[in-house]
Amino acid sequence: MFGIELSMIWAVLIAVAVFLYVALDGFDLGVGILFPFAKDSHERDKMQAAIAPVWDGNETWLVLGGGGLFAAFPKAYAALMPALYLPIFLMLLALIFRGVAFEFRHHGRKTGKKWWTVAFSGGSIVAAAAQGLVLGGFIQGVNVVDGEFVGGPLDWLTPFSLLVAASLVAGYALLGAAWIIFKTEGELFERARGWVKRLALLSALGMGAVSLATLSVDPRITERWGLTMTSIDWPVFIQLAPLPIVAGVLCFMLWRGADLRRHSAPYLYAVGLFVVGYIGLAISLWPYIVPFTMTPAEAAAADNALSLLLWGALPMLPIILGYTAYVYWLFRAKVSDEASYH
Amino acid sequence: MEFDALLLSRLQFAFTIGFHIIFPAFTIGLASFLAVLEGLWLATKKTVFRNLYLFWVKIFALSFGMGVVSGVVMSYQFGTNWSVFSSQVGSVIGPLLGYEVLTAFFLEASFLGIMLFGWKKVGPRLHFFSTCTVAVGTLISSFWILAANSWMQTPQGFEFAQDGTMVATNFAEVIFNPSLPSRLTHMVLAAFLTTAMVVAGASAFALLVKKAQPESRTALRMAVLMMAIVAPLQLVVGHESGKVAHEYQPAKVAAMEGWWETQSQQPTLLFGWPDQDAEETHLAIGIPGFGSWFVAGDANAELKGLKAFAPEDRPPVWITFWAFRVMVGMGLAMVGLGIWGAIVWATRRLDRATLYHRALVLAAPSGFIAVLAGWIAAEVGRQPYVVYGVLRTEDAVSPVEAGAVATSLIFFMIVYAIVFSAGALYILRLMANGPDSDESPPKETSEPPGSPLGTGVKSAAAKEA
Ligand code: HDD
Ligand code: HEM
Ligand code: HEM
Repeated sequence: MFGIELSMIWAVLIAVAVFLYVALDGFDLGVGILFPFAKDSHERDKMQAAIAPVWDGNETWLVLGGGGLFAAFPKAYAALMPALYLPIFLMLLALIFRGVAFEFRHHGRKTGKKWWTVAFSGGSIVAAAAQGLVLGGFIQGVNVVDGEFVGGPLDWLTPFSLLVAASLVAGYALLGAAWIIFKTEGELFERARGWVKRLALLSALGMGAVSLATLSVDPRITERWGLTMTSIDWPVFIQLAPLPIVAGVLCFMLWRGADLRRHSAPYLYAVGLFVVGYIGLAISLWPYIVPFTMTPAEAAAADNALSLLLWGALPMLPIILGYTAYVYWLFRAKVSDEASYH
Repeated sequence: MEFDALLLSRLQFAFTIGFHIIFPAFTIGLASFLAVLEGLWLATKKTVFRNLYLFWVKIFALSFGMGVVSGVVMSYQFGTNWSVFSSQVGSVIGPLLGYEVLTAFFLEASFLGIMLFGWKKVGPRLHFFSTCTVAVGTLISSFWILAANSWMQTPQGFEFAQDGTMVATNFAEVIFNPSLPSRLTHMVLAAFLTTAMVVAGASAFALLVKKAQPESRTALRMAVLMMAIVAPLQLVVGHESGKVAHEYQPAKVAAMEGWWETQSQQPTLLFGWPDQDAEETHLAIGIPGFGSWFVAGDANAELKGLKAFAPEDRPPVWITFWAFRVMVGMGLAMVGLGIWGAIVWATRRLDRATLYHRALVLAAPSGFIAVLAGWIAAEVGRQPYVVYGVLRTEDAVSPVEAGAVATSLIFFMIVYAIVFSAGALYILRLMANGPDSDESPPKETSEPPGSPLGTGVKSAAAKEA
C-alpha cells in the first residue's frame, strides 16, 4: 500500500521508541549509577522513590524497541541479536537485578537490604555499560553474509565500544542527576547540582571523543561529514557543524542551570544533549538499519505485516503517551524529607 | 558444534520461559482477585476487603516485578537464540507480539505505578480503575502471546514468499488459529486456579496459626469457591484442548498417551514407562478403550500410535507422557479439594476443618506445578518442530557459538536462583505474617501498598498542594 515508505515510517518509529527509552530509563539507570555517591541509606531511599512509580513504564520502551525490531525488521533483528549476543544478555541480566531491587530492597532485612542496594546500583551501572557496548558494536557494523551473522562471539569488543560504554554511563548518570534535581529538595538537591556540573563536563568529553572515534569507524561516515584524511569539504561540513556547537551550548546551559538552582531545566537540557548526539548518529549511519549492510527496506517484514502494525500503532502510541504523561503528572511532586522507610 | 548450540539454546529457552511463566500464572489471577477485592471494598466498605487488598497487593508487587524482568529477557531471546526462526516467521507473528506491547505491556506498567503508589494520592475510584486496568492488561497480554504460540502449534493463514520467509495471507486466520480458543481458555483458567490454590493455602495457614481470622476466613471462602467452580471447568476445557491437539497434532497426543500402535480401543494409561528406543511403553497399566472414547468419543475409534510417524518426526515421548500425567494429576487433586471444600462449607465446618486446611497448605504450589507440566507437555510434544509441520527446531537456531550460549545459560541459572530464592523468601515471609487485621481507623494505619516509600511521595504532594 505504501511501498517503500512503510519501512521508513517504521524505522523512524523504532528510532523514536529507542530514544524515549534512553531519555526515560536513562534517568532511572542514572539514579542507580549515582547510588554509591549518596550520603546514606535514607538518601538512597529518596533517590529510589523519585523513580519507583515510573521505571516499569520506562523500561517498556525497551521492549517496544526490541519487539518492534522483531516485528517490523525481522531480518535486522536476526542479524543483530546473534552478533551482539553477549552484551545483550549482560544487559538483560543486569536489568533483572536493577528491576527486582525496587521491591526487594524494602523487604530485605539488614544484610538483605545492603545486598539489594548493591544489586540495584551494580545492575544499573552494568546495564548502562552493556547498552553502550551494544551501541558501540552496532555502530561498528556487524559481519553479515546473506542476512546471517558470520562473525565471532567477541567481535563487538573493541576500544571503540568500550569508549561508547564509558560515555553512556556518564551520560545516563547526568540524566539521573538532573532528574534528582527535579524530584528532590534540601541536601540531596544541593548535592545533585554538584553532580550535574561534573557530569555535564564528563558527558561533553565523552560525546566529543565518541564523535571523533565514530568518524574513523568507516570511511563512509567520514565522507558523510564532509571530511577525508587530507581535506575538508566545507559546504557539507558547514551544514553539520551546528550540531557540535549546539551540544556545546547545551552543556554550558546545563552548568548554568545547576548554578541558578533551576529545577526542571537541567533534565531538559540533558535530554537535549542526547537528542543532538542521536541526530549526529543518525546522520552518520543513514540509511542503514544494520550499519553498512542492510537498509530498512531490505530488512523489513512483509508489507501486510507492517501496515497491520501501523494501524495498531497509530491510535495506540498517542494513547500510551497520554496515559504515561498522566502518570508522570500524578507523581510530579518532589520526594520529601520524610520519605524514609519505616 | 551446531548441535551443541542447538541443545543449549533449547535448554536456555525452556529454563527462562519456565521461570517466566511461574509469575504470569500467578499475577494474571492475582490481578483479577485484587480487582474483585477492591471492588467489594468500595461496594461494601467492609475493612476485611481493604486489609486483604493491602496484603495481597504487596505480594503482587513482588511477583509482578519478577514477571517483568524475566519477560524482558524472553522478548530478546527470539533474536539472540532463534534468529533463523525470527527472520522466517517475523512477518507472521511479529505483529502479534508488537500488538502485545502496544495494547498490554504499557497499560500494565503505567497503571501499576498508580496501583502501587497511588493508594491515597488518587481517589478510590481512579485507584480501582487502575487495578482493573492492570488486570485487563494481563489478560490482553495473554491473548496476544497465546495467539503467537497457538499459531506455532497449529499454523494457518500463511504462505512462503520468494525469499523463503513466511508471510501471512490472512491475519485473522493467523490470530484465530484452531488451537487459540482452547489454549487461551485453558491458560487463563490455569492462572485463576494457580492463584486460588495460593490464596487458599496462605489463608488456611493463617487460620491454622490463628492469625487475622476474619480476613483469612473471607479469603479462604473466595478461594474455595473459585476452586470448586473452575477446577471441574478446567477438566472440560483441557479435554477440549486434547481434542484439538488430536486433530492437528496426533503425534503429540500419541506421546502424551503413550500409544505406539495404531489401533481401536486405545487405552488410557494410568502408569507406564515409555521407551523411545524399544518403541513401547513398559509396565503399562491402563483402562482399555477409555483413551479412544475420551479423545474421539468412541471406544472403537482407531487412533494413531507413534509408530505411524517416522522416528525423526516423533516428539520425546517420556517427557511428554509424564508431564501430561503430572498436570492431569494436579487437576484431579484440585477438583477433589474443591469438592471437599464445598462439603465442609455446606456443613459449616470450613473454619475448623484443620485436616482440610493442612491439605490446602500442602496443595498451595499445585497450580505452578500443573502450569509448568502443561507447558512442557504442549511444547515438548510439538517437537521436533518449532512451527508445527513447517519449521524444525534444529533449523531455527541462531548461528552463535556454543560457548556463548553456555555462558549465558550458566549466568541465567545463577541469577535466577538468587532472584527466585530471595523473591520466594520475601513472599513467604509476608504470607507467614498474614494480612493486617484492623483495629485502628484506616486513615493512619493503612500503608500505601507496594512500597512504604509511597508515604513520602504522598506527603510531599500534600505539602506542595
Ligand atoms: C499466559 C501468559 C503469558 C505467557 C505465555 C508469556 N507471558 Fe510474558 N508476561 C505476561 C504473560 C505471559 C504478563 C501477565 O503480562 C506479565 C507477567 C507478569 C508481568 O509482570 O506481566 C508478562 C511480562 C512480560 C514482559 C514484560 C512486560 C513489561 O515490561 O511490563 C515481556 C517483555 C514478556 N512478558 C514477554 C514474553 C514472551 C516473549 C513470552 C513467550 C516466549 C512470554 N512473555 C510468555
Ligand atoms: C509460557 C509458557 C511456556 C512454556 C513453559 C514453554 C515451554 C517450552 C519448552 C519446555 C520448550 C522446549 C521444548 C524442547 O526443546 O523440547 C519450548 C520451546 C519453544 N517455545 Fe515455548 N513455552 C511457553 C510459551 C511459549 C510462547 C508463548 C512462545 C512463542 C510465542 C514459545 C516459543 C517457543 C519456541 C520458539 C521454542 C523453540 C525452542 C525450543 O524448541 O526449545 N513458547 N517452550
Ligand atoms: C484435569 C484435566 C486436564 C486436562 C485433560 C488437560 C489437558 C491438556 C492438554 C491436552 C494440553 C495440551 C494442549 C496442546 O498441546 O494443544 C494441556 C496443556 C496445558 N495445561 Fe492442561 N489439562 C488439565 C488440567 C490442567 C490444570 C489443572 C492446569 C493448571 C492449573 C493445566 C495447565 C495447562 C497448561 C498451562 C498447558 C499449556 C498450554 C496449552 O497448551 O494449553 N492443565 N492440558
